[in-house]
Amino acid sequence: MKAQSFRLRPILTQDGTWEYHMRYSGFRVIAEALTGHKGWKPAWRDAAPQAAYDYIIVGGGGHGLATAYYLAKEFKQARIAVVEKGWIGGGNVGRNTTIVRSNYLLDGNQPFYEFSMKLWEGLEQDFNYNAMVSQRGIINLFHTDGQRDAYTRRGNAMIMHGADAELLNKEQVRKMYPYLNFDNARFPIKGALMQRRGGTVRHDAVAWGYARGADQRGVDIIQNCEVLGMRIENGRVLGVETSRGFIGAKKVGVAVAGSSSKVMAGAGMRLPMESHVLQAFVSEGLKPLIDGVMTYGAGHFYVSQSDKAGLVVGGDIDGYNTYAQRGNLPVVEDVAEGGMSLMPMIGRARLLRMWGGIMDMSMDGSPIIDKTHIAGLYFNGGWCYGGFKATPASGFVFAHLLAKDTPHSTATAYRFDRFAKGLMIDEKGQGAQPNLH
Amino acid sequence: MIINHPLLGPRDSQEFVYLGDAALIHRPDGMADGSLDKFIDYAYLRDNPAGEHRELWYHEQGDRSWLVVTRNTVTHEITAVELARDVARREGRSK
Repeated sequence: MKAQSFRLRPILTQDGTWEYHMRYSGFRVIAEALTGHKGWKPAWRDAAPQAAYDYIIVGGGGHGLATAYYLAKEFKQARIAVVEKGWIGGGNVGRNTTIVRSNYLLDGNQPFYEFSMKLWEGLEQDFNYNAMVSQRGIINLFHTDGQRDAYTRRGNAMIMHGADAELLNKEQVRKMYPYLNFDNARFPIKGALMQRRGGTVRHDAVAWGYARGADQRGVDIIQNCEVLGMRIENGRVLGVETSRGFIGAKKVGVAVAGSSSKVMAGAGMRLPMESHVLQAFVSEGLKPLIDGVMTYGAGHFYVSQSDKAGLVVGGDIDGYNTYAQRGNLPVVEDVAEGGMSLMPMIGRARLLRMWGGIMDMSMDGSPIIDKTHIAGLYFNGGWCYGGFKATPASGFVFAHLLAKDTPHSTATAYRFDRFAKGLMIDEKGQGAQPNLH
Repeated sequence: MIINHPLLGPRDSQEFVYLGDAALIHRPDGMADGSLDKFIDYAYLRDNPAGEHRELWYHEQGDRSWLVVTRNTVTHEITAVELARDVARREGRSK
């Protein structure tokens, strides 16, 4: 049958046998519809751990799965496993507000995030999965002349690094969102910085797409396998102790976000970070209201409307160390107040759901992607609450570091020793106070 | 969260500002040997445990006292609240 040529693609697996994987396409959907949808297969195997691998990625979230995917695809490495305590995509990649953007200011950050944006733009074709990448545009509102100056500077920095940025005046914003509270006495809306290429991505599909793409290239995705410690001898990592036994590895890459301190304590390391909870909320479904992403400049509040029509909103972290994936009511009130002062019309909308994710808040608000002092042990973390947009680039540059032992050109600043050397990447200018970033 | 202030009784955590790990009480001696490394650790590295955590809270909208709160970071349960002044004295930090 001729159709075989597009629907089945043989992959050489680790044990030397050929397996056939399904390629998704519009034609495939039609063909399956005509044959009773009997041909769909699981998107990835439920692998059991082997005795040893070349690479073990700890953490089956967006960053860990992306790392495994790019290790196999771009850097042609084999014998790779992703070990995950729970199920893949159950942590922060399934708990964020799905926003992607590359509107950073500082040299160490902006090229990296722009690289990530470019990967987002080609992601669905790259891993053959519908991640619903929607470049619906993001605006950051400003309310004072000083804020306008700061956003002008930021926009210029973005353009100089190859990203897109536009400064909108009040009337341009009004045309997009006429119902905003423009004439608030204390915080009138004076305009916005816009990045049209920013937008949203279906977050769960990012995890699933990377998992499927990695699995097709022979990566073992091992779920329900908690890393309990590291086996280290003579300054070299030999593997990880897990709830399913010891698994040997030549190189171990840790990408576990909020659990970073816990996992790295297993290697005897203390990290420059604290774990905090960030809450997010979804309202009941409303008629089409917001076609892009909006951030309030006078309070910590951001909002977009999901394709299921709920308003997806978020605000600040709760502000105290926590590993509980739930927050407290004062932040709920604060976020609701921010929303009401920006767009009073949402006052009658009800929140349907709220949840929390654990953020690895670093001391300068920027991530760390670096080797450790232990040979073969690599670390990726400190994403604060900006990890989702970074997922593709984080995976790519971490895979680069794991495969080549040198940092990718867009991630040379994300080093452990930047704190000791005074080379902080402090976008917010807050100093070493994680709950203020 | 309700913090049971040793002088003022139960207070809403909203009245407080959070600083972090109570180990910050033990500021290194800047004149001692190796103080640079100690200050780097002091300023940037944290234990960040999942479980019991001793931490500094400042009662900004109250009596402006610093407290050492022992709180579980997994359950948010608070098991002890002391004046940071008393803790610091006991641990030999102030006179």
